[in-house]
Amino acid sequence: METQEPRRVLVVPGEAIVEGDYKISTPNFIIKVGSKYIATVVGLAQVNEESKELSLIPLEGCYVPQVDDLVIGYVMDVGVTSWEVDIRAPFTATLYAVDFLGRPVNPAREDLGDYLAVGDTILAKVEVFERNRGPILTTKGKGLGKIVHGTVVEISPVKVARVIGRKGSMHQLLEGETGCEVIVARNGRILVRCPNKELEEIVIMAILKIEREAHIPGLTDRVKEFIIREKVKRGLIGGETKTD
Amino acid sequence: MSHTPSTDMITPKLKMLTIINMLKKGMRSTGRGLLDFRPIEVVLGYVPNADGSALVRLGNTVVVAGVKLEIGSPYPDTPNEGALVVSAEFMPTASPTFEPGPPDENAIELARVVDRALRELKAIDLSKLAIIPGRKAWVVYVDIYVLDHDGNLVDASSIASLAALMSTYLPKVEVDEAGNIRVDRSSKVSPLPLNHKVVTVTVSKVENVLFVDPDLEEENMAETKLIVAVSDDGRIAGLQKSGSGGLTESEILAAIDIAIKVGNDLINLITSKTLKQN
Amino acid sequence: MEKPRLIREDGLRHDGRRPNELRPIKISVGVLNKASGSALVEYGATKILAAVHGPREIPLRHLLLPDRAIIRCRYHMLTFSTHERKSPAPSRREIELSKVIRESLEPVVMTEMFPRTAIDIFIEVINADGGTRTASVTAASLALADAGIPMRDIVVGVAVGKVNNVLVLDIDEVEDMFGEADMPVAVAPSLGMITLLQLNGVLTRDEFVEALKLALEGANQIYRLAREALRNSYLKVRVEE
Repeated sequence: METQEPRRVLVVPGEAIVEGDYKISTPNFIIKVGSKYIATVVGLAQVNEESKELSLIPLEGCYVPQVDDLVIGYVMDVGVTSWEVDIRAPFTATLYAVDFLGRPVNPAREDLGDYLAVGDTILAKVEVFERNRGPILTTKGKGLGKIVHGTVVEISPVKVARVIGRKGSMHQLLEGETGCEVIVARNGRILVRCPNKELEEIVIMAILKIEREAHIPGLTDRVKEFIIREKVKRGLIGGETKTD
Repeated sequence: MSHTPSTDMITPKLKMLTIINMLKKGMRSTGRGLLDFRPIEVVLGYVPNADGSALVRLGNTVVVAGVKLEIGSPYPDTPNEGALVVSAEFMPTASPTFEPGPPDENAIELARVVDRALRELKAIDLSKLAIIPGRKAWVVYVDIYVLDHDGNLVDASSIASLAALMSTYLPKVEVDEAGNIRVDRSSKVSPLPLNHKVVTVTVSKVENVLFVDPDLEEENMAETKLIVAVSDDGRIAGLQKSGSGGLTESEILAAIDIAIKVGNDLINLITSKTLKQN
Repeated sequence: MEKPRLIREDGLRHDGRRPNELRPIKISVGVLNKASGSALVEYGATKILAAVHGPREIPLRHLLLPDRAIIRCRYHMLTFSTHERKSPAPSRREIELSKVIRESLEPVVMTEMFPRTAIDIFIEVINADGGTRTASVTAASLALADAGIPMRDIVVGVAVGKVNNVLVLDIDEVEDMFGEADMPVAVAPSLGMITLLQLNGVLTRDEFVEALKLALEGANQIYRLAREALRNSYLKVRVEE
C-alpha cells in the first residue's frame, strides 16, 4: 500500500501551520498556541494528515549538538588534560586526553600539543551533551581521530540532511559518481577525499549546489546531471550525457 | 550595548510563588491592595544649597531630586525660552548591585522618561525663563539621585522631581545696560513658573495581574511594566513599556485607566504636601 | 528647517500620504555574508541594516545566564545618517533605544534553547528620516529569523504621530519634529502582544485608543510584507542550469 506523501509548506516564525491535534517530531521548531501549531523558524513544514504527524525542517540555523552526532572539529586550545574544540555549535566542545590517547596523561611530563595542536582537524562523535555544560567529544571508534588528508567543505548545518538524502541516497550518489570518499558530519562540515583534483572540484561544487538548492524539489536528478556534465567538461568521461 | 540583565538578585521560587498567588487574589504582603501606593513622605528643601529640592520616601525607596538654575544660552530653535535638562544616577548606596560610574541604561531611561513627561506637557513655562531674549536664559537642571532601592524608582523619581520643581524659586536677576547679568541668589523673587503638574504611574504585570508601586521583590518578578505619565488634567503625557515582556491591547488600556486614576490621586497628594511645607 | 504645512487643505499629509498610509516599505533578508542573519529595511528614506551573530560564547562569561541565552543589542546611528553630523560617541538616546529595542525582542526569542550563550544584534541606522527605532525592530527580528534562531513570532514596528491634531501612521522626520506627538509601537501580531510602546507627546485617553488602533493596523500591513520578504529570500533561489 502506498503511503500518502506529506504536505510540505514553506513557513516563517509566527505562522500557523495547522490546527487540531498532531504529533510533533521537531519540538524546538513548532509550538502550540491555543489550538494552532506555530512555526518558530523559517523552514519546510511537513504535515501528514494520515498519521497526524507534524515536523519542520529548518532552512537556517546553527548546529545544536546531539549525542552520537558525527562532527568535524578544529582544535582551538590545548589544555592540561583536554583540548577545546570548535564544532560550530554555540558551545565549545571538550575532548579529554584520556579519551583521545586511550590512557591517562601525566601533565608533568607530557604536552598535549604534541598530539593535537591548535588548528588540527578531528573527526569525532558527541559523547555527552546537556545544555548546561558544553559538549564532550570522543574519538573512540572506527575512522575517528585526527584528520591528516582530504579537504573540508563547510555548508549550513541545516542542509546536512539533504547532502545525506533519503536513506543515504544523495550521499551514495556523490560517492558513486565521483569516486570520492565523502564523510558528512552533522555540524555541516564535510570531509572529501578524492582520487584527483578535478573530481575534488566537482564533488565540492555538487555539495554547494545541494546547499543552495536544498529546498527545491528534484534535487537528486539535478545533482546527478550536474556531476556528469562537469565530468564531460573536464574530459573525465567522453561524449554525450546519458539520461535514462 | 544593552544586554539581558543578569539575575543578580535571585528570589527563591517558593517565595515567588507565594507572592504571585497573593497578587492573583488581589493581595500584597503588607496588606495593601493592587492599586495602592506605599506610604509617601515628601521632604521639601532637603538640600538648602539647591534652588529647589525634595527627598521622597516611597516605602523603603528613597530618592532625592534637586533643581539648579544656571544661566545659559538658549537653543537656536527656541531663542526666547529657557531649557530643561534632566539626569539621574543610581547611587551605590542604594543597592549592592549598583556600581559607581556613569549612569547605566536604566538610569538613562528613567531620566529620559521623566524628562519627556515634563517637556512634552510643557510643565515648566520655559517661555518665562528668558533673561536676555535670544542670548541668555535660565537652564533648569533637574538631577535625580536614587539613595535606597526598594522598587519603583521611576515613580519615586517623578514625584521627587515634581516636588523639587514646585519648591523652586527664581533668584533676583539684574541686567545692566552693558548686558552684564547679576544674580542675587539670596533673594528669591518668584516661584518657578509651572503650567502643569505631572507624575508617572508604573503599572506592573505578573501573569495577568496588573498592580502599581511594586517593592523590589515584586518588581523582580514582574514580566513587564508600563510607565504612564499622567498630567493634572488627566491626559497621558508619556508612555514607556519597560522590561522584557509584552502586553496585550486590553492590558494596556486597563493599565492606562489605572494610571490615570492613581496618578490624579498622587498629584493631589503631592500638591497638598508641598503646599503645607512651602 | 522651515515648518511645512503638515496637513494640507485636501486632508493629505505634507508628502501626499493619507493619514493612515505607510511610506513605501522595502525589506530584504540575508543581505550580509558573515553574519548569522541579516536584514535591510527601509521605511521611505529611513534605512536600517541589522545583523545577528550567534548564539555564541562570549569572553564576558559573567554576563551569561545558566538557563537561557542573553540578548545583546546595539542601536547605532552612522555619523552621516542625520541632517547634522551625529557625534560617534554613544548618545543617551542610543543607549535608551538599544534597551527598548532589546526588550521588544526578548518576549519572542526562545532564548531557553541556548543557555550560557549570547545572541548579538547590531542595528545600524544608515539614513534617518523618522521611525528609525520601529524600522530597527522590524529589521532586527527579520535578522533573527534569518539566523534560524527559534522565535514565537516576528516583531514589527511602526510609529503613529499626532500632527495638526490629526493622528497619522508611520511618521517621518518632519512630522516628528513639528508634530505634537510620536508614539512608536512594536507588535508580535500572531501572539497579539505589544512589545514596545513609547509616547513622546501628550494624548487624551481617547486619542491614545485611536492611535493604538492605527498603529496595530499599520503593523499588520508591515507584518505581511515582512513575512513575504522572508519567504521570498528562499523562493528567489533558482535552480542553476
